[in-house]
Amino acid sequence: MHEFFAMSGYATYVWGSFGLTFAVLIANWWFAVRKHQATLQRLRRQNTAPDAAPASVVREVVT
Amino acid sequence: MWKWFHQFASPQHVYRLAGQWMPWLFGLAVVGLVVGTYGGLVRAPVDYQQKDAFRIIYVHVPSAYLSMLAYVVMAIASVIGLVWRMKLAHAVAVSAAPIGASFTFLALATGSLWGKPMWGTWWEWSDPRMMTELLLLFMYLGYMALRSSIEDRNRADRAGAVLAIVGVVNVVLIHYSVEWWSSLHQGQTVMNDDAVMPASMLTPLLINIVSFSLFFGALLFSRLRSEVLMRERNARWVRRLVNDSAAGSQKVERHA
Amino acid sequence: MPGNAHTRETIDIHAPQLRPFGSTVAMLRREMKIALRRLADAINPLFFFAVVATLFPLAISPDKAVLQLIGPGVIWVAALLAALLPLNALFGQDYEDGTLEHYVLSGQSLVALCIAKTVGLWLVAGLPLVLVSAAISQTYALPAQALPALLLALSLGSYTLCALGSVAAALTVGVQRASALIALLVLPMMVPVIIFGTRAVLLAARSEPVAGPLYLLSATAVLAVILTPLATAMALRISLE
Repeated sequence: MHEFFAMSGYATYVWGSFGLTFAVLIANWWFAVRKHQATLQRLRRQNTAPDAAPASVVREVVT
Repeated sequence: MWKWFHQFASPQHVYRLAGQWMPWLFGLAVVGLVVGTYGGLVRAPVDYQQKDAFRIIYVHVPSAYLSMLAYVVMAIASVIGLVWRMKLAHAVAVSAAPIGASFTFLALATGSLWGKPMWGTWWEWSDPRMMTELLLLFMYLGYMALRSSIEDRNRADRAGAVLAIVGVVNVVLIHYSVEWWSSLHQGQTVMNDDAVMPASMLTPLLINIVSFSLFFGALLFSRLRSEVLMRERNARWVRRLVNDSAAGSQKVERHA
Repeated sequence: MPGNAHTRETIDIHAPQLRPFGSTVAMLRREMKIALRRLADAINPLFFFAVVATLFPLAISPDKAVLQLIGPGVIWVAALLAALLPLNALFGQDYEDGTLEHYVLSGQSLVALCIAKTVGLWLVAGLPLVLVSAAISQTYALPAQALPALLLALSLGSYTLCALGSVAAALTVGVQRASALIALLVLPMMVPVIIFGTRAVLLAARSEPVAGPLYLLSATAVLAVILTPLATAMALRISLE
C-alpha cells in the first residue's frame, strides 16, 4: 500500500497531476451548475419585477 | 428534413434535450473516470523506463485531446452560426470556450508536472507540443477577451465566430511551424511515441479519453442550457419555466 | 483639429467602376493622402522600433558576439511590436467620422476596401519599418550578406502582420480600449512568421541557403493575402451592423 502511494518516488508529480486534474474537472462542473442557478434566479427576479427592469436591460450572467 | 432541422434547432427543444442527456453523460463520465483512473493508477503495469511517472499520461493525454476537440467544436459551431445564421450554434461556441481553455490549462500543467521528473525542467521551450498548447491557450483567451469586450451579443457572437475560424487555420499553421522549428533545436524525445503500449496500459487511457469527452459533453450541455435561457429570456416558454421553478421545487423545471 | 484633414478627403464612391480594382486604387490613393497629412502618426512606430532596439544591448550586453546572436530576433520582435501600433487607428478614424458606414451602405465591394486598407497600412507602417531595420541591423553587427534576406523576409512578414492585423482591427472597430485586445489577438498568430523570418536571417548570416524558410514565409504571406481580405470584410460588416 505504501508502495502504491509512493509511486516509485514520483508521488508529488503523479498525485499532483491527478489531484489538479480532478480539482479542475470538479470546479468546471461546479461553475456550470452555479451558472445555471444564477441564470434562473436572475430571470426569476426579472419576471417578478417587470416594471423595475425591462427584460432587455438585464445583463448577462458571468460564470 | 428541413422541418426536422428546424425543430431540432428550436431553443426550447434543445434546452429540453440537453437537460435529458446531461445527467446520463455526467453519470457515464464519472463511472468511466473511476474505472479508467483505477486502471491507470492500479492495474496498469509499471513502465520500465519512466517507472510510475508515466501514469500522468492517463490525465495528460485526455486533457490535451479535449483541448483540441473543444476548439474544433467551437470552430465548427462558429461556421454553422455564421453561414446558417443559427443563434444556437453561437451559443454552443461560447459555451465550449471556457471548458476548452480549462482543458488546455490542464494539459499544460500536467505536462509540466511530467516534464519535471523526466526532463528535469518544468518547462521545455523546444517541445513543440507544449508550445502548441500554450499558443492554443492564448487563442482561447483571445476569443474570450474579444467576446467580453463587445457589449452587443449578436455582434459578439459573429465577431467571435470569425476569430474562431481564423484561429483554427492559424492553430494548424502554428502547430506545423513550431514542429519545424523544434526539429532544428533537437527536441527532446523522452516520450517515445513509437513504443507499442500493452493492452493493460492502453485500455485505461482509451477509457479516460472517452470519459473526458463525455464529461466535456455534460459540461457543454449544462452551459448551453444557461446560455439558451439567457438568450431566450423574453420567450414565453422561458418565462413559464422560470415562474414554475420559482413557485415550486426545482423538480418543476423538468416540465419545460 | 486632427479630424478635419481627414474628413475633407473623400472619394466619389458612386462613380462607375471602370476597371477591376479601380476602387481599390482610388481608396489606396486616399489612404496615402491622409497618411501624408499625418506624418507624425507614421513616424511614431519607427521611433518606437528604434527605442526598443536600443534597450536590448543595454539590457543584455554590448558584446559584439552576443549582439550578432540576438540581433535577428530582436529586430523581428521589435518590428512586429512597432507594426501593432497603428492598427487601432486603421478603421477607427473612418468609423468615428461615419465614412465607414457610408461606404458599407454604398454597396461597393468591401473586400476592395480591405485590400486598399491593408496595402495602405503596409506602405505607411510596414515598409518604413523594413527600411529602418536595415540601419538597426548594422548596429547589431549583422553580416552584410544577411541584409537582403532580412529585408525580403521582413517585407513578407510585415505584410502578413498588416493583413492579420486588419482582421483584428475590423473585429474591434468601436470597441473600448481595442489596442491591447488587437495585440492579444494578433501576436499569437504571428508565431509562424517569427519562426520562418528569424530562421531565414540566421541562415543568411551564416552564408547558408535561405530558400527553405523564405518559401515557407512566402506561403504564409500568400495565404494571408488571399484569405484575410475576406475575413476583414466579413468582420467589418459584423462590426457595423
